[in-house]
Amino acid sequence: MAEPKFDPEAYVDAAAALVGLTIDPAHRPGVVLNLQRIAEMAALFTDFPLPDDIEPAPVYTP
Amino acid sequence: MTLRTLSALDAAAAVRSGTASAVEIAEAALAHIAACNPALNAFTAITAERALADAASIDRRAQGEPLGPLAGAPFAVKNLFDVTGLVTLAGSKIDAERPPADADAFLVAKLREAGAVLVGTLNMDEYAYGFTTENAHYGPAHNPHDFGHSAGGSSGGSGAAVAGGLVPLALASDTNGSIRVPASFCGTFGLKPTYGRLSRAGTRGFVSSLDHLGPLCRTVGDLAASYDAMQGPDPHDPACAGRPVEAAFPALDHGASGLRIAVAGGHFAGSGAAAEAVATVAKALGATRMVEVPEAARARAAAFVVTASEGAELHLADLKSRAQDFDPGTRDRFLAGALIPAGWVLRAQRFRRWYRDQVLTLFRDIDIIIAPVTPIPAPRLGQETMEIDGVTVPTRPYIGVYTQPLSFIGLPIVAAPLKKPGALPIGVQIIAAPWREADALRVACALERAGVTNAEPVLG
Repeated sequence: MAEPKFDPEAYVDAAAALVGLTIDPAHRPGVVLNLQRIAEMAALFTDFPLPDDIEPAPVYTP
Repeated sequence: MTLRTLSALDAAAAVRSGTASAVEIAEAALAHIAACNPALNAFTAITAERALADAASIDRRAQGEPLGPLAGAPFAVKNLFDVTGLVTLAGSKIDAERPPADADAFLVAKLREAGAVLVGTLNMDEYAYGFTTENAHYGPAHNPHDFGHSAGGSSGGSGAAVAGGLVPLALASDTNGSIRVPASFCGTFGLKPTYGRLSRAGTRGFVSSLDHLGPLCRTVGDLAASYDAMQGPDPHDPACAGRPVEAAFPALDHGASGLRIAVAGGHFAGSGAAAEAVATVAKALGATRMVEVPEAARARAAAFVVTASEGAELHLADLKSRAQDFDPGTRDRFLAGALIPAGWVLRAQRFRRWYRDQVLTLFRDIDIIIAPVTPIPAPRLGQETMEIDGVTVPTRPYIGVYTQPLSFIGLPIVAAPLKKPGALPIGVQIIAAPWREADALRVACALERAGVTNAEPVLG
């Protein structure tokens, strides 16, 4: 099955509503552009295989 | 003796010997700032009254009482450090509405204890989210070598003030390169210590996972002495490792001897002035070994995503209620950062653990890694694109390509400045293993003594 195509504009609208963020129409193109840049960056490491026993870097000390 | 461009240690020596008073040194610095700052826009506040009162107090103590190692040395801080009585702006319009700070940040207090005299606060990118200090609210910081060029960021005011010769010592923060980039563009030394070494208490944070604080100076002696004065545990910063003071200054005389030095290849190969600077440093140090830092491009990407997400979360309330009050240069990145899926951020933090383990294995048989700081010398203010290896890329996001993968895992790094006649300066990263700041400072000192580096005050 082909991967679903990412629609950054639709995602920005839906995710902004989810977190309660109103994005001014004047700011929307810049936000979409930056989210695309973030998605390209994330693609560099999200598929990079990691062993399950690698824990997140920050450690909480009670 | 020109008082206004003394190094911090020379100023302290002059006060100790009675050659100059702390008040005379403070007055010279304040006059120099008044004369040069209009062209640089490095300072956002000048604390003349406090400076003269602190200096007078040092002069009184100089009559027989012991003085701190930095007694009478002027310094300034990026305006995200709390300074008693001043509003901590963090480069923003929004924070200008906050009440004045009721205490100094931990590191400001430490430097004051050591006798240093605060003369003002310094320009920066809004909330430290940038590499060029083109601040829409307070204006750009200008590069002292060429006013039409960027001073770097986010600590552009710190780089411009030190390089210009307005102060010998400035404090700054570095999340992805914000100490090292201005040091490279302005031609100063900068130290980004190990993550968790210096307390961040009393500063406006940006990305808790990645924020570091450190000094910029024109001499390695000043860098080491100020770093030593700021060390020590502090329960008010949860990331502060609480290690005992491990003084670096006494080790400077050891030079680079005995240290195993390699040059970073692959991701860090660089081209043009950046590659030339690395080659010059490698030759001076006799370093012929190459080392590959594994998966550095992925590390940079992970740092990018953690930064966008944590930074946006911190400012979410203001992004919801008053996005129009943010700097247009940071606003859209912050807004986009607020929409990042949680899994990406957690994956980035797991990748960080893996990558740290990989890089630490390199330090089993290497002590120091050399890499460029920035891919190019300072771009022009407003420059939208630059060329790296013949490829045109957007300037601002790519400035951190060599700094981000290293701060991501908190390695201690000295940025050392090189300058060819008629050219803008450019810096080299001297990267050490965690908690081995002294090794990086020793190498920087060896380069300084060999005349390889150049951080002469530009507006002397």
